[in-house]
Amino acid sequence: MSAQQPEILLDVKDLHASIGDKEILKGINLTIRRGEVHAIMGPNGSGKSTFSSVLAGNPAFTVTQGSATLHGIDLLALSPEDRAHEGIFLSFQYPVEIPGVSMVNFMRAAVNAKRKYFNLPPMSATDFLKLMRQKRAVVELDNKLASRSVNEGFSGGEKKRNEIFQMAVLEPQLSILDETDSGLDIDALRIVSQGVNTLKTADNATIVITHYQRLLDYIKPDFVHVLYKGRIVMTGGPELALQLEERGYDWIKEENKD
Amino acid sequence: MKTSIDQYIDLYRDNRDAIDAGSAPVINALRPSALDALKGRRLPVKGDEGYEISSIDDILAPDYGLNIARLNIPVDVAESFRCDVPNMSSLMGVVANDKFVATKSLLRNIPDGVTVMSLAEAASRFPDNVAKIYGKIAPLDNPMVALNSLLLQDGVYIHVDKGVHLDQPLQIVNIFQSEVPLLAMRRIVVDVDDDADLRLLLCDHSHNADINYLGLQIVEARLGKGARLDIYDIEESTPATHRISLAFVHQTDNSAFLGNTTTLLNGFSRNNYTVDIVGEHCSTGLYGMAIGSRNQHIDNSTVINHRAGRSSSNQLFRYVLDDEARGAFEGLIEVFPNAKFTEAFQTNNNILASQSALMHTKPQLIINNDDVKCSHGATTGQLNNEALFYMQTRGIPRDMARTMLMQAFMVDVIDTVALEAVRDRLRHLVEKRFDGTLCACESCRKLL
Repeated sequence: MSAQQPEILLDVKDLHASIGDKEILKGINLTIRRGEVHAIMGPNGSGKSTFSSVLAGNPAFTVTQGSATLHGIDLLALSPEDRAHEGIFLSFQYPVEIPGVSMVNFMRAAVNAKRKYFNLPPMSATDFLKLMRQKRAVVELDNKLASRSVNEGFSGGEKKRNEIFQMAVLEPQLSILDETDSGLDIDALRIVSQGVNTLKTADNATIVITHYQRLLDYIKPDFVHVLYKGRIVMTGGPELALQLEERGYDWIKEENKD
Repeated sequence: MKTSIDQYIDLYRDNRDAIDAGSAPVINALRPSALDALKGRRLPVKGDEGYEISSIDDILAPDYGLNIARLNIPVDVAESFRCDVPNMSSLMGVVANDKFVATKSLLRNIPDGVTVMSLAEAASRFPDNVAKIYGKIAPLDNPMVALNSLLLQDGVYIHVDKGVHLDQPLQIVNIFQSEVPLLAMRRIVVDVDDDADLRLLLCDHSHNADINYLGLQIVEARLGKGARLDIYDIEESTPATHRISLAFVHQTDNSAFLGNTTTLLNGFSRNNYTVDIVGEHCSTGLYGMAIGSRNQHIDNSTVINHRAGRSSSNQLFRYVLDDEARGAFEGLIEVFPNAKFTEAFQTNNNILASQSALMHTKPQLIINNDDVKCSHGATTGQLNNEALFYMQTRGIPRDMARTMLMQAFMVDVIDTVALEAVRDRLRHLVEKRFDGTLCACESCRKLL
C-alpha cells in the first residue's frame, strides 16, 4: 500500500496583501504538509518577508483576497497571539530589542499565555526554569543572555540563536525562518541550523526564507519555491536551489516579464 | 479683582490669634513677612512661564476648610493605616491632614542622634535649631511658600546629628482624612548634619475618595558637608486630591542628594524641586516617574542651580499618559559663571498611550561658563509597534504586551532607587498600576 500523505498543515490559496495602496502579494498558492521543509527563495523585494509577516499577522499589511488555513482553521481571522498559540512561529529577520523586559519575563509571559489559551494553569517556577535550561542547550544560548533584556545588546548571531531558542520553548507546528542566515557567521549558522534540525519532527513543518543556497546545505528542504513579484513562479526540489545559486535570478526575471 | 490669595489673607486676618495659638513662636514669627510677600501678588496661572498646563490660582480658588482649631482626627485611624509601601521601616510617622503623629514604634525605635517630631513641638523645644532652617531655604518671594508660611500650624521636623547614619529609611505617610473638603498646609523641615545620612520615604494617601482635598506642602532640606539625603516621594491618592508640593534643597560641599518622585494615582499634582548646589563635589539626582490615565494631571518642575563648581547633577523623568491624562515636565539647569567643571544632564522621555493624552515638556539649560559638560533632551512618542508585534508573535496578548512595555519604560527610573526594598515595592506598585489593580481605596476599606 502506498504511503498515505501526511495531513495538510498550511494551505494558502490566492493570497493577496497590500501595504497602503501598494499590492505586494499577488496571489500566492502554497500547500505544506506535516513533516515537510519548504524553502522560499527569490530576489530582493519579491515579497518573501511580506509573506511571512502576513502569515504571522502583522497589522501593517492588509489581506485583500484569498485564504490561509492552519490545520483547517482560518488563520487570517486570528490575532497574532492566537496564531502563535495555534502553532505559528516567525523567526524575525531583525529580532526586536525590548529594553527593560527581561528574557525570563518575556518567555514566562509567552509560555503562560499559551497555557491559558489551552485552559492550563501557569507553569510552576521550577518547571519553567527547567524548561528554559533544557531549551537553551538546543542553541547553546548563554545563561547570561537569558537574564538580560530581550535582544538588547545581543550580537547578530546571539539574536538569531535567541529566536531558535524561543522556537524551541514554544514548540510551534509551523516555523517560518525569515532570512535566519543573514548576519550569521559560519559557526552561528551551524548552531542555528542544528537547532532547527533538532526541533524537526514528523508533525511540524518549516518554511525557510533565504536568498542563498548556503543555509540549505544545513537545513535540507523538501521543496524549493521561487517567489517573484508577489507570486510563486516556480517550484522544485532541492536541485532548484543549486540551479539558482549557479544561474542567479535573472533568468527567472526574464521568464516572468510583465 | 480678587484673586484666590485674597480669601486666604482674609482668613488669616480673621483667625490670626487662633492660628498662632495652634502653632509655635518660630512659625508665627514668619507670618508678617509672609503676609507682606503676598500683598499685590497672584498665584501662577496657566500660561505663566513654567506653568504651561497648570493653574495654581484655580487650584487654590475653591473655598476649602482649614483645621485652624486643631481638631484631632482620631490617632488610631492614623496608626491603623496601612500604607501601600508597608513594613518598609519601623520608623514611621504619619501626617494626618496637617498634624504630625508619631507611631508607637517610631517613638520606641528612634535611634540616638535622630530627631523626628512635630514641627510645632520642635519649634517650641529647639527654636534655634528650627529657625536655622525654617523659612531660610524656601524663599518667601515664591507666593506658594508665602501662603504656606502664612497659614502653617504644624509639620514634621527631622534632624540627623553629625556623622549619624540611619540604617533604615524613615517613612512619613501623609494622609487626608475628612468628611468635608479640606486644605492642609504641610511642611517638612529636614536638617541632615555634616557626614550624616538619611533616606526619607514620603507616601501620600487620601481616605474618602469623594472628598476634595488640597495639600500645599513645602519641604525644606539642608545637607551639611558630606551629608547624604534621599527622598522617595510616592503619591497614590484619589482623583479628588490636589497636591502642590515644593521641595527646596540646599547642598553644601561633598553632599549627595537624591530625589525620586513617583505619581501613581492622583487628581492634580504640581511638584517642584529646587536644588541649590552651593558646595563643590556635590552630586544631585532628580528622578521622576508619572503614570497617568483618565483625567490625572501630573506636572513636575525642576530647577537645579549649580552655584559652585566640580559638582554633578543628573535628571531622568519618564511619563506614561493614557486616556485624557495631562503631563508636564519643566526642567531647568542653570550653571553659574564660577561653577567650573560642572557636569549636568537632564532627560525626559514620555509615552502617550492614547490619542487624547497630552504632554508638555520643556527641558532647559543655561550655561554661564565654558568648562562644563552638560546635556538636556526630551522625547515624546508612542509604544513601539514593532516590539508589540514581536511580543504578540510569541503569544503574548496585545494588552499584556502593552503593559509589559510600559512597565519596562519605567525600569530606568526605578533603578535609581538606592534602597532595594523600596525598589522592589515600586516595581510591584507600578505593575499593579499598569494592570489596573492598584486602587486608592484599598487601604481605606480596611478602616471602614
